[in-house]
Amino acid sequence: MTTMFEPLSAAIGGALIGLSAVLLMLLNGRIAGISGIMAGCLPTTGGPRSWRITFLAGLVAAPIVALAAGTPLIVPAMPGSWGIVITGGLLVGFGTRMAGGCTSGHGVCGIARLSPRSIVATLTFMAAAIAVVFIARHVVGG
Amino acid sequence: MAALISAAFCGIVFGLGLLVSGMAQPAKVQNFLDLFGRWDPSLAVVMAAALAMSWAGFALARRRAQPTFAPQWSWPDRTEIDAPLVVGSALFGIGWGLVGLCPGPALVDLLTGSPKLIAFVIAMVAGMIVHDGWRARATMLPKTAPSAADG
Repeated sequence: MTTMFEPLSAAIGGALIGLSAVLLMLLNGRIAGISGIMAGCLPTTGGPRSWRITFLAGLVAAPIVALAAGTPLIVPAMPGSWGIVITGGLLVGFGTRMAGGCTSGHGVCGIARLSPRSIVATLTFMAAAIAVVFIARHVVGG
Repeated sequence: MAALISAAFCGIVFGLGLLVSGMAQPAKVQNFLDLFGRWDPSLAVVMAAALAMSWAGFALARRRAQPTFAPQWSWPDRTEIDAPLVVGSALFGIGWGLVGLCPGPALVDLLTGSPKLIAFVIAMVAGMIVHDGWRARATMLPKTAPSAADG
């Protein structure tokens, strides 16, 4: 599926993501890392759950607010294969925990703090994802 | 109570950012990753804007004594660049490339009710539980407390 380069909506959306990260730090003193916040709600982890649960509830409910403002929720185009869907989910869950962060925690908050650890993480997951898409679209598929 | 409401508000703003930017759509993410095909640079602009905003905002936070609704800052404290960081990031990147979804967009898309999206989220949570259970056994600790560093 071809998508359009939309710099204006990308910039506005990115600024909102950054604003959320700034507000969560200024108000709650916390890093807006989605995988870490999710994992902090699981029975396998300790630590306070209440703020994490309300943050995630807000995240899940965001499409309702967006709809009221005129931005529709688009049903995501998922891979044809259930095996790829499940494998992808397992890898994202396991990998983000092993690395201690994902696109938000390392990619946005970590790089904004100029953390070398987060810069290495981001370059690594970007490179791996680019390689996978290259193989899937230009080597196996095509 | 105020801390719970502010966290919910931040969650909504984060989700709006993903929706407005188009990053809740796996196709846009995968097209960004497809440098040699249907390249869509949108994600780079999203990252740049998010980084500019958070870099400036974090600098502001560093000058304040404490957060508004919390007793202290929970700035990340981990700095090590080790094998789990690199291997974990590579595994995450493979899954991200395969489906085009990372944790935030996966949760924002839940209300679409897409069966495959729901399956992805369940698998993602399972992957987290498997990892944390494995680490807890490996380190002989009953629980792995999430570091403030975790993103």
